[in-house]
Amino acid sequence: MAKFELTLPENTRRFLHDAGELSRFAARFFAEGFSPRYEVLEFVRQCFVVGYKSLPLAGLTAFIMGLVLTMQLHPTMVYYGVEAMIPAMVGISIVREIGPILTALIFAGKIGSSIGAELGSMKVTEQIDAMEVSGTNPFKYLVVTRTLAATLMLPILVIIADAISLYGSYLGINIYENVSFYLFFKQIFDHLLFMDVVPAVIKTFFFGFAVGIIGCYKGYYSSKGTEGVGRSANSAVVVSSVMIFILDLLAVQITDLL
Amino acid sequence: MARNSDHKEMVITIEGLCKSFGANMVLDDFNLSLHRGESLVVLGKSGSGKSVLIKCIIGLIRPDRGIIRVLGQNVLTLSHDALDEIRVKVGFLFQSNALYDSMTVRENLEFPLRRHSFNLTQSAANDMVMEALHNVGLEHTVDMMPAELSGGMRKRIALARTLILKPEIILYDEPTTGLDPITALEIISLMKAIHEKYRTSSIIITHDMKCVSLTADRVAMLIDGRCYAEGTYDELKMAQDEKIKQFFQ
Repeated sequence: MAKFELTLPENTRRFLHDAGELSRFAARFFAEGFSPRYEVLEFVRQCFVVGYKSLPLAGLTAFIMGLVLTMQLHPTMVYYGVEAMIPAMVGISIVREIGPILTALIFAGKIGSSIGAELGSMKVTEQIDAMEVSGTNPFKYLVVTRTLAATLMLPILVIIADAISLYGSYLGINIYENVSFYLFFKQIFDHLLFMDVVPAVIKTFFFGFAVGIIGCYKGYYSSKGTEGVGRSANSAVVVSSVMIFILDLLAVQITDLL
Repeated sequence: MARNSDHKEMVITIEGLCKSFGANMVLDDFNLSLHRGESLVVLGKSGSGKSVLIKCIIGLIRPDRGIIRVLGQNVLTLSHDALDEIRVKVGFLFQSNALYDSMTVRENLEFPLRRHSFNLTQSAANDMVMEALHNVGLEHTVDMMPAELSGGMRKRIALARTLILKPEIILYDEPTTGLDPITALEIISLMKAIHEKYRTSSIIITHDMKCVSLTADRVAMLIDGRCYAEGTYDELKMAQDEKIKQFFQ
């Protein structure tokens, strides 16, 4: 009987293998994450590291983005005589798309790489094995806490970054015109709908989860010494950034159906 | 607890242990036993499977086949919680020391204490940390970070962390590798002092012949995945077998 064999290119095989392993890793997160023992102290520490310490960078980029977006928009809007719509336009853009995506990408760069490098270096120096020998489940202690912290902290960061970005926009518009704080934000909230805010916040939970789980996966299975650690950190950023865009695309499709 | 024909209590027995990585058969029907209070050296070339062997004993690597009894219990059939209970009694000194980079020496030593003793007061934990550091002569490093320590000091701190739970058995993975001869000798003296003070049973994985001659009550040679020969250092040194002689030349 003729034997049929499907031969895939090496890159495709490796991609499918990685995708499968990552899915198993994520499934293990749900299996182990919600059963005792809970690593509460480490989770709180990670929330501080992942959330609070990312705030200055996320806030600064959000502020600049709000300011620059407004300054770039202003001449065109004046040309068409619709400069009164700038607050609404900037507000919707920032809340729906720019705030979540930009903050998530900054978060992937800072936190994804840091988790990938930290866990990778722990792996190659046998610290993860030492943890297991010390009676600790390293998956719960390292992976569950970091992934959960990333999932919960990113939405908070995005909300704060959105507010800072809108404030940057308010300052940007006041470079050209005299607009009161009240009027500027009234314009925004008059046009901002419930369906603009809620899906945008919900999708950031998924972005945070993607950054956390991919960073942990890349670090946890790091190999080949220090070179492997560098590769883990780099690949954690690249893969989680791509994943953020894919999730965003899915989120837009789902929101359009609602 | 199992006893052999000489009525010596056996704390570890390994029977028919097999482990392969792909086509590479690292351990092939490996058998070994460790008696209480004994210091057993497993000698073999780099890459011969020595580290795999002790990682199988502590449950870090799952073998393909075989039986590993530690303090009377088959570690391969134990639940995770039961395995953790065994691990309290078995200390493991890693080749790379495996100190947690992000923690101070105190936090490194407290880590296993906190995981195993939920009701430990801070004062009791401090006392245990200082006692462990006193054993290795490094009390002054208690608030230092691992990055601030020399290679020998890190090895001593790792040994202190291994000792803090007062294990009955200690597994040493290449304890002198990467150290200069003087520091290596200091670590060997420390291992002997700990062995005499706490009467621990130990398995020492090494290819450092100085370490073998100074620490071994008995030597087991791991060659081709099997326990090729067993005996005292002097017995093996006198052996005529070519594979054994290579190590003693």
